[in-house]
Amino acid sequence: MENFTPFSALAGGSLIGLSAVLLMAMTGRVAGISGILSNVVLGAPGERLWRLLFVLGLILGPIMVRILSSEPLPFEITSSFPLLLGGGLLVGVGTRLGSGCTSGHGVCGLSRFSVRSLVSVVTFIGVGMITVTVLRLLAGG
Amino acid sequence: MGKNFAGLMAGLIFGIGLTISQMTNPAKVLGFLNILGNWDPSLALVMGGAMAVATLGYFLVWKRKSPVFGDHFHVPTNNRIDSPLVIGAMMFGAGWGLVGLCPGPAIAGLAIGGWQIWVFLAAMLTGMAVHEGAKRANLLP
Repeated sequence: MENFTPFSALAGGSLIGLSAVLLMAMTGRVAGISGILSNVVLGAPGERLWRLLFVLGLILGPIMVRILSSEPLPFEITSSFPLLLGGGLLVGVGTRLGSGCTSGHGVCGLSRFSVRSLVSVVTFIGVGMITVTVLRLLAGG
Repeated sequence: MGKNFAGLMAGLIFGIGLTISQMTNPAKVLGFLNILGNWDPSLALVMGGAMAVATLGYFLVWKRKSPVFGDHFHVPTNNRIDSPLVIGAMMFGAGWGLVGLCPGPAIAGLAIGGWQIWVFLAAMLTGMAVHEGAKRANLLP
């Protein structure tokens, strides 16, 4: 567990919670990224721009941290091209079919004690853990 | 106007939170899903920190009758545990485990990650479009 970073995890997580509260207080909406992203296109005409700006902020936030940070931001991805394609497709279809992802069901859903969200979170974390374990066994690690 | 600014601010804070907690790093996320290996529990604390703030924040915000820029709060009312919820979460979990990216970090990583992010994001948006197409063609329950 030498990779465990409890303090930055709690600090970053608190900011994510703050973002969700701010969005609810101002717009009355849940901060679910997959829903916000698809409703940039599919949402009611007057409800698209704030979502587009949310997505823009989501891209600009990390850029701001990188400018202010003295160290380079860690980014490590080892998946092959087919895995990137397959993984992306599964995440795209799955989050729409299942009405949410880590933010909408995870952070926002659990914070309002939704049983539906709890079922979703337990399912996607469980399947995610099985997937990683199977991949690791196949790779002989 | 205010609603759009709130969207941008919420997106910024969300993106900074994801970056500080290193959830924009796929290797870090896979470390959490690698439960039988060299496990990194950080992601659980990110969600825990976010939930602690959001649970208290939602409680306070919902004492108001309506959001600052809107008529009412849009909180999901569907409580059904049905097959789209579970199958969607399983697909999402599989894709998440294959790469280590979910929708938030896939967007937040655009400017700080490698080319792989663009491949994943294109596939994810395609998956969302496929789901929308299937829904409109009445292929989904």
